[in-house]
Amino acid sequence: MSSRDTIFASIRRSMGVSGEERLRNAAVDDRLERAPKGIIPTRAQLDAAGKLALMIEKLEGVQATVQKLASAAEVPNAVAEYLRANNLPASIRHGEDERLASLDWGKTALEVKRGPSDGHDLAALSHAESALAETGTLVLLSGPDNPTTLNFLPDHHLVVLKASDVTGDMESLWPRIRKKFGKGEMPRTLNFITGPSRSGDIEQTILLGAHGPRSLHVMIVEG
Amino acid sequence: MDTIRPSVGFAAVKLLEDAGCTVEVPAQTCCGQPAFNNGDRATAKALAMQMIEAFERYDAIVVPSGSCGGQIIKHYPELFADDPNLAPRANRLAAKTHELVSFLTDILGVQAVAAHYPGRVTYHDSCSGLRELGIQSQPRKLLQSVEGLELVEMPHSDVCCGFGGTFAVKYGDISNQIVTEKVTNVASVEPDTLLAGDMGCLLNMAGKLSRQGSSIKVRHVAEVLANMGDEPAIGEAEGGKP
Amino acid sequence: MSTVSTAHDFKRNAEKVIADGTVVKNLKAVRQNFIDKRVKAAQGLPEFEALRENAKEIKNHTLAHLDLYLERYEAKVKEAGGHVHFAVDAAEARKIALEICRKVGAKTVTKGKSMITEEVGLNEFLETNGITPVETDLGEYIIQLRGERPSHIIAPAVHLNKNQIESDFRRVHTHLDPNRDLTEKVSLLTEARGVLRERFLAADVGITGANFLIAETGTSIIVTNEGNGDLTQILPKVHIVMASIEKMVPTLEDVSQILRLLARSATGQEMSVYTTLSTGPKRMGDLDGPEEYHVILLDNGRSAMLGGEFQDMLRCIRCAACMNHCPVYHQIGGHAYGWIYPGPMGSVLSPSLIGVDEAGHLPNASTFCGRCESVCPMKIPLPKMMRHWREREYERHLNPALTRAGLGFWAFFAMRPKLYGLATRIGMKLMALASRGKGRFASLPFASGWTKHRDFAAPQGETFQARFKRERGTR
Repeated sequence: MSSRDTIFASIRRSMGVSGEERLRNAAVDDRLERAPKGIIPTRAQLDAAGKLALMIEKLEGVQATVQKLASAAEVPNAVAEYLRANNLPASIRHGEDERLASLDWGKTALEVKRGPSDGHDLAALSHAESALAETGTLVLLSGPDNPTTLNFLPDHHLVVLKASDVTGDMESLWPRIRKKFGKGEMPRTLNFITGPSRSGDIEQTILLGAHGPRSLHVMIVEG
Repeated sequence: MDTIRPSVGFAAVKLLEDAGCTVEVPAQTCCGQPAFNNGDRATAKALAMQMIEAFERYDAIVVPSGSCGGQIIKHYPELFADDPNLAPRANRLAAKTHELVSFLTDILGVQAVAAHYPGRVTYHDSCSGLRELGIQSQPRKLLQSVEGLELVEMPHSDVCCGFGGTFAVKYGDISNQIVTEKVTNVASVEPDTLLAGDMGCLLNMAGKLSRQGSSIKVRHVAEVLANMGDEPAIGEAEGGKP
Repeated sequence: MSTVSTAHDFKRNAEKVIADGTVVKNLKAVRQNFIDKRVKAAQGLPEFEALRENAKEIKNHTLAHLDLYLERYEAKVKEAGGHVHFAVDAAEARKIALEICRKVGAKTVTKGKSMITEEVGLNEFLETNGITPVETDLGEYIIQLRGERPSHIIAPAVHLNKNQIESDFRRVHTHLDPNRDLTEKVSLLTEARGVLRERFLAADVGITGANFLIAETGTSIIVTNEGNGDLTQILPKVHIVMASIEKMVPTLEDVSQILRLLARSATGQEMSVYTTLSTGPKRMGDLDGPEEYHVILLDNGRSAMLGGEFQDMLRCIRCAACMNHCPVYHQIGGHAYGWIYPGPMGSVLSPSLIGVDEAGHLPNASTFCGRCESVCPMKIPLPKMMRHWREREYERHLNPALTRAGLGFWAFFAMRPKLYGLATRIGMKLMALASRGKGRFASLPFASGWTKHRDFAAPQGETFQARFKRERGTR
């Protein structure tokens, strides 16, 4: 008997079931199919402007910095400005995301690198898939467009977020993910990111920049 | 209560009679909580049965203790849950059993008591009363009405005193750490008197305070509410000298 | 067998901690933090109580259909290109992990914080077999340097103070300037970040636990604040997830409900910094991420808890609110409990996993104050289940003979009201006389555990029942 069989047999023995019960199987398939939503806090059930305002409030509450931009065209300058203000080299790395690649980086003096990080970049730029206003959480998806290493290795993580992509809560996000990848499918990694990295492991004092980015800068594009 | 501090019983009787109740005290021993909490379910059930038989004929059963109250109200139904004959009786008894102070305020609607107790008083929330029965505002409300009494809140009044029944004996060192911290919190607000609604907690805290040589008096809340605050305090020598 | 236990020595462990005093002092400095933050976070979400109830229902439903959800989950992991391994016990889980590491010739393994790998004793085993495990959560890293176990399930080094950590860093990081300034806590953090960054980049395999497994999508979730769990799983060629079978939840919607409770109950955050959903290995065209994704599903005694009086314990999401609010934990810290899981959740779980003969003290070492249950996001009736363990011990005569004798003696009278009345009347009169008007006893035979530390109040003399009868007569 394989360990798999042993474990299933033990579970079923404890519960007095066979696994063949039609009703039990139907209950499981039904839940997986319907994915009932449960209780959604009213906090983020707002109009678009309200969600955006809440998103910004929550981001600042978790020590992220936030900047509003009128259009995506302003991103290169904003990045250059951020790097300068933080005394960082004029160099930025991003993935294959067309929304970032198509920007006019030439008008800045920035060195623009493409692809995943090998751990030696000080700053990286990602494009968020969405964001949850309820908690000020960014949603990032893995893939060549926005490699996951960019979210974690650089000291400074800069993220472009379209205001129209801000949603209220996880429950409003999942239909969007299912539409994009198919029901029951997921990208390799979906990151919920709520502020810069931190640790409280030394005497419960919260310190920023444990292993991931010390700074999280969010550029919200309204246009 | 019955054995160590009968004055609590008399205080309860007085409070109930003042509120217009007729009080009877049928022969009784123990609700069975010590057996229940030590894993002796058979004895716990037998004692519960004895209680049910002695008390089920009354309109209301009032207990001057959150933990005995909790045992009857919360745990009797649990003890007999799978006994179709006894479950209804246990449930009925549970439904008409009340902790004393909450019975006065929540059921009888008592707003104030005619009592006088000069001094600075702090109140410890006994765990069973607080977390099993939701007793927190009721004793404070009645204490506010006692003439001359100044109620001060100690830090962390809702944290356990470390009694825990046989725990205090079996794990004396840990229990001692907890009660030491508790009486430090008590002393930090410099009260004359410490009150609580459960004899176990009271004996534990009084024992620690007197071992430390503290002059803080320890009493059951009912004694003060019943204007019987001139009895020697718990652990205090007759004549009032520690 | 799992990691070695000293739970049978609980009393002595606790006495040692108390006598030493350092742990109590360190804990005292931080413990109110957890409590204040949790209450603030819970009060900040009006739906918190309703979510607790719903989370309990979700988990109850999942446990009632665990076999079926496990099957659906397994199929989805495979569909995504991952591997699922089943481990009946700790030894098998270790062996599977080692085989995966060996197949890729692993020399070092980075680890995200995982109680399950602690439970199976993975680090020692890998080390014995020539593979270096590197704990990357700051707290776990610190205790690994000290050769200790976590003393808390989400704050493994909570028993230590800054000075202790500084001296460990100086002892181990000998390649750094001995005169460097480590006065500030942030300089300790920065030093660990620097040291571990190299280890992250060099690791061959990354091992994480899982906070949840999602049946709908074959996804594993980790929740961290540092980002170490992410670096652990995206940099090496191989990502191993080791998780116990009860981590299952049906859908993305279901896990969303429980995530609202987890961080709030644990650290008082609305959301931890990183909540990461991982499904299979990297996809075609991905430029980073692991090439292999393995899930090791551990039973180790959990399947036997289903359908019985300890099933509710399997709802636990390891938030640590119970120990953060436990007056006993506060006085002795986590190590005294003697095995992997401390505090109230451990006092219920440990006897299930390593046997009540070994861990019998734990469910007894509680005052039943009920604070743990009142803060448990999954509404687990922890005191009730500790009582169930006491019942098992009583049935099997595992509790101390003196306690039994005392209880038996008391029960004999309590069952005989007339005799009880007589005995207490005489007893109280004698005790009152024996106290010689002092109002209390400084020592009592049979209650030395009590009178070693505190006085025992003398009875007033007459019992209530006797005096009431005398004054009023019987009706």
